[in-house]
Amino acid sequence: MNIRRLVLIAVPYLWLVALFLIPFVIVVKISLSDTALAIPPYVPTFDLSGGWDGVKSYFSQLDFDNFTFLTEDDLYWRAYLSSLKIAVIATVATLLAAYPIAYGMARAAPEWRPTLMMLVILPFWTSFLIRVYSWIGILSQEGYLNQLLLGLGLIDQPLKILNTNLAVYIGIVYTYLPFMILPIYATLEKLDQSLLEAAEDLGCSRLSAFWLVTLPLSRPGIVAGCFLVFIPAIGEFVIPSLLGGSRTLMIGKVLWEEFFSNRDWPVASAVAVVLLLLLIVPIMLFQRNQQKQQEAEL
Amino acid sequence: MLSGVAMDTAAQGRVFAPWNDPDEEPLIQFRSVTKRFGSFTAIDNLTLDIYAREFFALLGPSGCGKTTLMRMLAGFETATEGTILLEGEDIAGVPPNKRAVNMMFQSYALFPHLSVYDNIAFGLKRSSMSKPDIAARVDEMLRLTRLERFARRKPHQISGGQRQRVALARSLAKAPKLLLLDEPLGALDKKLRQDTQFELMDIQERTGTTFVIVTHDQEEAMTVASRVAVMDDGRIVQVATPAEIYETPNSVYVADFIGDVNIIEGNASRQQGETIRIHWAEGQEPIVGTPSAPIAEGTRVHFAIRPEKVTITAQKPAGRANAFAGKVHDIAYLGNISTYHVKLANGQILKAQAANNQRIDRRSFNWEDPVWLSWTDTAGVVLTG
Ligand SMILES: Nc1ncnc2c1ncn2[C@@H]1O[C@H](COP(=O)(O)OP(=O)(O)O)[C@@H](O)[C@H]1O
Ligand SMILES: [Mg+2]
Repeated sequence: MNIRRLVLIAVPYLWLVALFLIPFVIVVKISLSDTALAIPPYVPTFDLSGGWDGVKSYFSQLDFDNFTFLTEDDLYWRAYLSSLKIAVIATVATLLAAYPIAYGMARAAPEWRPTLMMLVILPFWTSFLIRVYSWIGILSQEGYLNQLLLGLGLIDQPLKILNTNLAVYIGIVYTYLPFMILPIYATLEKLDQSLLEAAEDLGCSRLSAFWLVTLPLSRPGIVAGCFLVFIPAIGEFVIPSLLGGSRTLMIGKVLWEEFFSNRDWPVASAVAVVLLLLLIVPIMLFQRNQQKQQEAEL
Repeated sequence: MLSGVAMDTAAQGRVFAPWNDPDEEPLIQFRSVTKRFGSFTAIDNLTLDIYAREFFALLGPSGCGKTTLMRMLAGFETATEGTILLEGEDIAGVPPNKRAVNMMFQSYALFPHLSVYDNIAFGLKRSSMSKPDIAARVDEMLRLTRLERFARRKPHQISGGQRQRVALARSLAKAPKLLLLDEPLGALDKKLRQDTQFELMDIQERTGTTFVIVTHDQEEAMTVASRVAVMDDGRIVQVATPAEIYETPNSVYVADFIGDVNIIEGNASRQQGETIRIHWAEGQEPIVGTPSAPIAEGTRVHFAIRPEKVTITAQKPAGRANAFAGKVHDIAYLGNISTYHVKLANGQILKAQAANNQRIDRRSFNWEDPVWLSWTDTAGVVLTG
């Protein structure tokens, strides 16, 4: 193997080591430490000045106490389960909202498609935080949504949406919609229209042609979109903190509180490590899906 | 080409010619059908009858409206004007999934997520057929198209020729009254195409289905079809058996489109009995030809004659109605036959074909050899269109 190829391959790996592996090792290290009233707020700290003995005593002080602790307090596993549930429901909701949009985009006249694509991506031009904040203004008791519904006479009491799980779902669907639309659109746009004509020719109604041809052929896009929403949604923290209520339990929020309110860095790190281990399964499934799709296209 | 004509004469031996029988009701009738896309007229006031069990070929250059015609039969386009009847019933309001018509798409349009087996079963599963019957029918189709070994494969795991057979099997599975084939063999190489043509004819005969095939390959149309419709610009120029199209084209367009032909333009003199004389060049004897209908004196006509009807000899032949002297300008050796391009005294070049069945030293004329071209008074056609 020549040097150039080696360098080319090395670049992404160096990137991965610098931006993922090193921070991860640091987090793992903290998760094995103990809390302390100090700066940084944990012991032991890694110190090379103590020589070989220093290193040995450093490692001897690391333990799995924090992980054991996570299993003892049921808050944590309930938070993981609740996150999982919220992420699953939100992913399904995002799929249901995104599919018709992607379908409409793929069916639009070709000259319109770039504009529609632009509109989908446009929200990314403003800060994510500002957009989530603005949902507070929409969903609150005196917010625009309640005003509109009251004004139309559809309700006579303002609905409590903000600070409930429903607001969290709305926030996740809104935020992650483009990640679902784009991969689905990509598969639908490639779909050969003559396949639908062939299905109709063979006796399908429009609707059954959709079920039997369009939907199965857009499956790779659906799967990719679901992972792209599910994986970040499970660790989501901003949306449940801002839109969710005190009873909204999500692991991202627990982690944040552990870290900033309790200043318990080791437990917060243990929570993060477990979250990552849990996410490895869906991430690997996602990778396999992408790989299979690429192979099918060859 | 020649084999195609020979095949058709054999077909006529069995006297399958429902179009000559006034009592026979056509399976499909186009009645003054016009199709416009916006202001563009794709099909222009077209009237056409196609009979049951026919193998009907639509032949014409790209963009002349062949696919549009098929899509109207399948139900994907509706006629702007006129009516289309299937077994005497107007099909305008019938959606594609309710028509006893199946189409084999130009691109095959196989479902990539389904196996060969499931592709073929697709249409059957949409009908009320029972499961064992479906399985039996699919197996029959797999046998017919010799695809048994590939039943479990996906379309991307088989070759182009096999895919084409899957598409054919899928469109035949529901035993449609009418099968539409849109340039089905376009993607195949010449050898495979010829094999498949005969396979198609065989399947058509065994199943008794009416086939309408679109092609822009005149040789293919001549080989497979019971009748050929030659199209130009949304109109049908001539509908006839391959032999008739070849021997008696009704216009210069058809004569020129099908096979190789010499076309000479001239003025008709007064008719004498069956024949007329065509004055075509200063200092050349008029051509003696036999028009199919009386022609007025002075009409501008085209005389069309196939190269194989022109005899090439070294000496002036005796007793031929037409004989012209010239020089060999070019020779195309095609194995069993040779085509000679002969330049006449006035500069006109005519093609003549001769079979290479003589002894090698007597067979060939060489470049610049003086030769005579001759033909009888019925060898060519006199065209006014
Ligand atoms: N949906 C359509 N919209 C506009 N023009 C069309 C459409 N379909 C076909 N045409 C035009 O009609 C003409 C005939 O097309 P087609 O039937 O596909 O020709 P062929 O199959 O003989 O090559 C072409 O000039 C084509 O551009
Ligand atoms: Mg076409």
